[in-house]
Amino acid sequence: MFRLIVVRLFFGALTLWAVSLVVFAATQALPGDAAQLILGRDATPERLEALRDQLDLHEPVAVQYIQWLQGIVQGDLGTSFSNRQPVAEYLASPVQSSMTLMGLSALVATPIALFVGAFSALRRDRGFDHSASMGTLVLASVPEFVIGILLILLLGPGGLDLFPSVYAREGGPEQWVLPVLTLALAVAPPIVRMMRATMIEVLESEYVQQARLKGMSERTVLWRHAAPNAIGPVAQVVALQLAWLAGGVVAIEFLFNFPGVGKVLMDAIEDRDVPLVQAVVLLIAGIYILVNLIADVIGLAANPKVRVANR
Amino acid sequence: MSAPSTSTTPKAPVRRPGLFRSAWRFGRTKIGVALTGLIVLIAVVGPFVAPYTPTEFVAKPFESGVDGVLFGGDNRGRDVLTRFLWGGWTLLLLAGSAAGIGVAAGTVIGIIAGYRRGWVDDVLMRTNDVLLAFPQLIAALLVMSIIGPKVWLIVTVIAVSHMPRVARVIREATRKVIEQDYVKAAEAIGLPRWRIMTVEILPNVTSPLLVELGLRLTYSIGVVAVLGFLGMGMQPPTADWGLMINENRQGMAVQPWAVALPVTAIAILTVGANLITDGLSRAAIGIDRGVEK
Repeated sequence: MFRLIVVRLFFGALTLWAVSLVVFAATQALPGDAAQLILGRDATPERLEALRDQLDLHEPVAVQYIQWLQGIVQGDLGTSFSNRQPVAEYLASPVQSSMTLMGLSALVATPIALFVGAFSALRRDRGFDHSASMGTLVLASVPEFVIGILLILLLGPGGLDLFPSVYAREGGPEQWVLPVLTLALAVAPPIVRMMRATMIEVLESEYVQQARLKGMSERTVLWRHAAPNAIGPVAQVVALQLAWLAGGVVAIEFLFNFPGVGKVLMDAIEDRDVPLVQAVVLLIAGIYILVNLIADVIGLAANPKVRVANR
Repeated sequence: MSAPSTSTTPKAPVRRPGLFRSAWRFGRTKIGVALTGLIVLIAVVGPFVAPYTPTEFVAKPFESGVDGVLFGGDNRGRDVLTRFLWGGWTLLLLAGSAAGIGVAAGTVIGIIAGYRRGWVDDVLMRTNDVLLAFPQLIAALLVMSIIGPKVWLIVTVIAVSHMPRVARVIREATRKVIEQDYVKAAEAIGLPRWRIMTVEILPNVTSPLLVELGLRLTYSIGVVAVLGFLGMGMQPPTADWGLMINENRQGMAVQPWAVALPVTAIAILTVGANLITDGLSRAAIGIDRGVEK
């Protein structure tokens, strides 16, 4: 198992490197170069030349890429075009806000989803199971920003007017409700489904039957015998959903005007602020790869066949 | 797999019902077809029955209660109903072609990787892993931000992001099919590889293929709509559901219709498409729906 994990780690690092290559190559496809972008259309040729020298734009592309990569490895993400601030510094606060948003959503969604899934499995093919199944199907198909807008129309200023629909710096904690609720509803369905499927499988297994035949109470059967065996695959789905959150926050932050990385990305795209776009895309892809990797490792660790073999 | 092979059982006595017929038996499939059909109808017929032209000014911005303007005006005073009726077909066309191209390309890659194995398989699947490392929306945003929002680009980016996901599923299905005797028989009589792939393997992976098509179509609708909503899809003054939501969300409290109509349509469309997909995948038992969003 240790070897398998090392192999996964190696592939994760390789993928991250490939992603960096793609991100760098994409910016090379820009019309005009970085100097032109910074100074605008009516810059004099002399100033352009001076800036090109300063940014090492005369070096071959490969050298530029290596320099850029070296910078990133050392935590230097370049300087933002639009506000002339180091990108790493500029991103600190949005990253924190986004992480809080994602963390809160996961914290709300996971326990509820696990409970609903387990309860559906116990009440299989009855009313609760059917309505939960329909509910998750609907929530899983609708794009996340649509869920957000429907919530705003329902609970926001135009509807019941319970919660504000736009984030403001001076606002209170109630402005977190709608973004967190939206993301929680968007990530929950796959967790519910996986929990239900796994629980059904486990409850039908021979060891649960054996535990029941021994005369153990239903509660002991559930918590000591069934639930631990359902954790592996479910934990994997939870991790995958967290990875999805990294990309999913963009539209939600844009919708609620929430000051996180997604909002920064959209603003940077608007301003054609290349270093900022590069940094945010790398960051999101990095989180995505990392969490996927964790999901893989959990999957491996939870599989007894893999865990025991060639230890 | 459910589709019976025509080459090995030319006069099979009892033909099992096809995938569509068995999917149709589920109530959810019927509901899905009805919901999807309704939205497709609005999108296709809409432009012909719209009371105004999409760029005509009929009211003040966000004004409602004007005579002859049922759902009021949008952010610039254009008729909301007209723009709603005009705004659907771009979404359907973009999502449909992105899903179609992505699934077709993914199927080709999946069958080749599954059948050839060895280094071809390795190279294709490792490339897949890299493509999978990008969240779909982020990949689309990166490209749009650099080259600019162009229609062909939207379709290409979404199709490319579907490719590895489809390829993975079809590869698995292919590896099950090539264990079968009829494939071995075809190899034994020396059929060329491309014929084995198209005549023996392809017809036997149609069930997962159709399920993937439904799934990818649902995601495509979502991504196209999100891109429009983020202002990275169709550009003004086009009437497009995603863009409509973007343009009118500031006035949501005073004029909810301009947002509510397109949002509801997108919701119904995606739910309908997913219900059909769910019916198909239940009919083709043994197909993992996957858990990614």
